[in-house]
Amino acid sequence: MTWESRKGYWLYLIPGALLLTVIIVVPLGWNVYLSFTKYRGIKPPTWIGLENWQKLFQDEEFWASFQHSIAMVVAMVVLPTLIGLVLASLLFDLVGRRFGGKVVGLLRAVYYLPQILPIAIAAIVVGWILRPDDGALNEVLTAIGLGGHNWLGSPDTALLSVGAVLVWIQIGYPVVVFMSALQRIDPQLYEAAELDGANWWQRFRAITLSGIRPEIFVVVLTCTVAALKVFGPVYALTRGGPGSSTIVPSYYSYTEFFTAQQVGYGATIATALTVVVLVVAIFFVRAQFRLADEEER
Amino acid sequence: MTTTEAEPTTTTPTRQNRRRRTGWEWLALTATVLIALVMAAPLLLVLLNAFKSPEDFAGNGPLGLPTGLYFDGVKTFWDAVNFPEKVWNSILISGCVAIGGVLVSVLNAYALGIGRIRGRMWVLIAFLLATIVPQEALLYPLYIMFKNVGLYDTVWSVVIVFIVIHGAFGTYLLASVFGAFPRELLEAAALDGASRWQILWRVVVPVCRPTLAVLAVFFFIWTWNEFLIPLSFLVSESNQTVQVGIATLQGERIMNVTTISASALLGIAPTLIFFLVFQRTLTRGLTAGAIK
Repeated sequence: MTWESRKGYWLYLIPGALLLTVIIVVPLGWNVYLSFTKYRGIKPPTWIGLENWQKLFQDEEFWASFQHSIAMVVAMVVLPTLIGLVLASLLFDLVGRRFGGKVVGLLRAVYYLPQILPIAIAAIVVGWILRPDDGALNEVLTAIGLGGHNWLGSPDTALLSVGAVLVWIQIGYPVVVFMSALQRIDPQLYEAAELDGANWWQRFRAITLSGIRPEIFVVVLTCTVAALKVFGPVYALTRGGPGSSTIVPSYYSYTEFFTAQQVGYGATIATALTVVVLVVAIFFVRAQFRLADEEER
Repeated sequence: MTTTEAEPTTTTPTRQNRRRRTGWEWLALTATVLIALVMAAPLLLVLLNAFKSPEDFAGNGPLGLPTGLYFDGVKTFWDAVNFPEKVWNSILISGCVAIGGVLVSVLNAYALGIGRIRGRMWVLIAFLLATIVPQEALLYPLYIMFKNVGLYDTVWSVVIVFIVIHGAFGTYLLASVFGAFPRELLEAAALDGASRWQILWRVVVPVCRPTLAVLAVFFFIWTWNEFLIPLSFLVSESNQTVQVGIATLQGERIMNVTTISASALLGIAPTLIFFLVFQRTLTRGLTAGAIK
């Protein structure tokens, strides 16, 4: 027997494939089925066709939750990626080359810290800082003569506050990924550009941006998927409130499942979210492949 | 997609000092340091307040330096959530997922990356989907399934789910790592009469050990930080993880400010220790997901 014969290797796939089927494929299909039923968790589900889906498209709460998803994309993808690009480039191009790797390593670790922070803890810390009466932020604001505000408790600033927290949590991820991508770029390129009189912005655009495009794609894709699915921060910070001012699709489906006991409708929201996530992922991957093709040509 | 080793950004001192640092460079340093301070500020605030007495806090506010060390906040929290129990649950779950997830990934990747079985692209896509699908779309069916087999409200339900979800990512990553495995090594082992099973454990796994270690660390941290599924499946207090325990306690609003700080500090501690211990492994492996 030589290793070259391919027969028999599929045996190794059996445990993994079995687990994948039981834990992912079957529940996913089951969930789609539930979206066509009325099911309150006790009596068996009854088939009601498209009723849930019709309700979904007229459900203002659902559309509000999706609008908040867009805000989440801004907070978890757009801002962190932009800030991350600038920070990574500053660290690599200016700080790293003039002040040494130790400084850069330390700064990078500090930026990454919120990423490893469990979300329940982050929520406690932030919730406490933003507390209306004795929170640290309001104390500072009062000290410098600005009035305090109930940041998480009032509908007009709750989404903004959650967004700000998410920016804080997310920044470390693009910084670290982009910085390791920059290792690939020859530092002499920067030196040469500098000697030619290119300023930081020109070096940033010509060398940094074009050099690490694959990583930018990866960061944007993974963060967008994460932003659409975001649950923990919303649950831990605001539970979707006040009212429904910070509700997101995943939190909405969670409450339909376990609080309202409207399992069929919860499944419909979850299925709709799955479809959106898959469409976004396919779109990104295709765009990435097309870009890679063009570059090879 | 490849696993690259990210060396720390170093430049030789000669190059560094070749010319004088300009104002812009000092400005860049100041800006990046200031941002780092803002990023760390919430955690520094926690540290500042975790050992204050409530009177001290009321008198001097959150920004004043503590007048003395006060451990009751930590103690209140420790007892209220039965902290050692929660930490043990989290370690048990995350540890099992780290080991089980890597094991499943290795077996899958052996068939896909080295065995190159027919239709492997579709199998890979199936595994990739598992990492993308929102957990909400699996939640209720899994809830019913676990209830029927008696795994609901046990740590094992969470362990199984994350072995599969994280193992799917591991399969995707390892399949390409194994795909680039030097064929000569496999051939040599086969010539020596090693069976396929022996080749996997005596050749492939030892050679890829650094990657497997990174993967295990990732799985551990990810599982430690998981929220939705532990929250939904672990309803008894004695089964809860650190995350869920703290989140539910927060809802009860029994805590004063110093207890909150103490809880945050204790909640951060395990991850922080883990992060510091494995920091090198991690930064080396952080580019692992990059597609090139």
